[in-house]
Amino acid sequence: MALTRSAHPTFAVLERHLTLYRRVWQASVFSSFVMPVLFLLSIGIGVGGYVGSVQGVDYLSWIVPGVLASTAFQIAVGESTYAVLADFKWVRAYHAMRATPVGMADMVRGHLLYLVFRVTATVVVFLVVVVFFGGLHSPWAPVTVLVCALVTVAVAAPVAAFSASIDHDSYFALLFRLIVLPAALFSGVFFPVGQLVVGLRLLAYASPLWHAVELCRAATLGRAPAWPVWAHAGYLLVWAVAGFVLAVRAFRGRLED
Amino acid sequence: MADQPLIVARGLVKRFGDFTAVDGIDLEVARGEAFGFLGPNGAGKSSTMRMIGCVSVPTAGELRILGMDAVRDGPRIRARLGVCPQLDNLDPDLTVRENLVTYARYFGLSRAESRRRADELLDFVQLSDRANGKVEPLSGGMKRRLTIARAMVNEPDLVLLDEPTTGLDPQARHLLWERLFRLKQQGVTLVLTTHYMDEAEQLCDRLVVMDGGRIVAEGSPRSLIETYSTAEVVELRFPDGLEGIAGHAAALAGVGKRVDPLPDRVLVYVDDGDAALAEVQRRGLAPSSVLVRRSTLEDVFLHLTGRTLVD
Repeated sequence: MALTRSAHPTFAVLERHLTLYRRVWQASVFSSFVMPVLFLLSIGIGVGGYVGSVQGVDYLSWIVPGVLASTAFQIAVGESTYAVLADFKWVRAYHAMRATPVGMADMVRGHLLYLVFRVTATVVVFLVVVVFFGGLHSPWAPVTVLVCALVTVAVAAPVAAFSASIDHDSYFALLFRLIVLPAALFSGVFFPVGQLVVGLRLLAYASPLWHAVELCRAATLGRAPAWPVWAHAGYLLVWAVAGFVLAVRAFRGRLED
Repeated sequence: MADQPLIVARGLVKRFGDFTAVDGIDLEVARGEAFGFLGPNGAGKSSTMRMIGCVSVPTAGELRILGMDAVRDGPRIRARLGVCPQLDNLDPDLTVRENLVTYARYFGLSRAESRRRADELLDFVQLSDRANGKVEPLSGGMKRRLTIARAMVNEPDLVLLDEPTTGLDPQARHLLWERLFRLKQQGVTLVLTTHYMDEAEQLCDRLVVMDGGRIVAEGSPRSLIETYSTAEVVELRFPDGLEGIAGHAAALAGVGKRVDPLPDRVLVYVDDGDAALAEVQRRGLAPSSVLVRRSTLEDVFLHLTGRTLVD
């Protein structure tokens, strides 16, 4: 955790999140580590028993990359909603930082780095478990860690921007119902998006999660993704950069008058 | 450099839409001074403090802090400020010590140095025994002391305190004043806002009274009393209660420099209370109770900002 002797403000913000996480990490073990594994077992083995194989591989191996990317997506969204609003509205932690040399970009970067840390820890544990179920079929599988980090930033940054812009937590219901749930269902996590009607398929293409799922699937199965790798990665990068800019702007709007 | 004022404001203005919170103020604060902003709610004290803290951008005017420009050099100035905000923003899920260490890291201090200062400051604000406890169960006074300790963690040149003792019980206030007084003795420059006159008299070498976004008076507590009030105040109550006040006030005309009829009593501002009482008797007035007291900052304040309630 000790990154430098005298901390860069970004790492000082990261450190605050890690200090807080150290107090509550036990509570997140179930949702971050156990849940995805249970999920994989019940759907992958349970449902997989009926489904048989999808696109030439057993169903468990087919959904492993989907569940991986989806777990990153869930953590990124989950930790960028109430937690961010609370640090503005109730805890006022960002107001406390504002009185110091910490800048808006440091606040956003610290938040994103923290989530990359959380997601990476989860993804690594998940990969190790999956090895024992024979769910990985390519030496490229570790690349999923990078893909998950990228989708985390691509999703967490715009969601943090949203959370910093609203004044009431009831807006989160809209976010979850209209964006997060459809994205989780129609991004190729459980079935190929080719099954979808054209309209929904376009929505899948718009969803950063689908691009992450495609890259993860390519990595664990050792086959080419739907689009060229650079197109998937580039799309996620655009979300990450645009989200970051929006988040810094939203933080500034909230803290500066 | 050493003699340069720590804060220089010229024609400082802050507007929020159509509302003018700060309406063109000029001020200077010297190193080592304890400087106070006094005024009713909505006078523009907190808006001024937020501009000095470089978290709010002035609408117009010039503001230099520690010789730097408040707008351009925000991060560099903030690195040398300590801020105790009006609303507590401690991290409730961190321990008392973690709050200080985390905050020290925002200033780029090493871990070892952060921990060393945290322990030293916890001792200074008498919270060492709570170091590993959570913040949530602390009393209001303890939280405020912790916030002040947090403001000191970067060894600031200038400490900003926005209503430091509002909402605290008398014991907590006195402990806090005593700690702030020690800081002052160590040469730390303090800038505070308050609407407590006793706080201003206790802590401030010099203060400004703000009203409606403007500075209406400036000086030491003593000089303000001399300028805007009299040495003593005679408070008279009459047996006929509330109806006769206007008549009694008229009968008291000329006894002192100023007569201020209140709903329940008449205040007479005089240089010599005993002489004034003799004059009251000579005029045949028969008050039911008499109180001669020294003029306070409160008399100055009410004289300057009026008695109308501001909500």
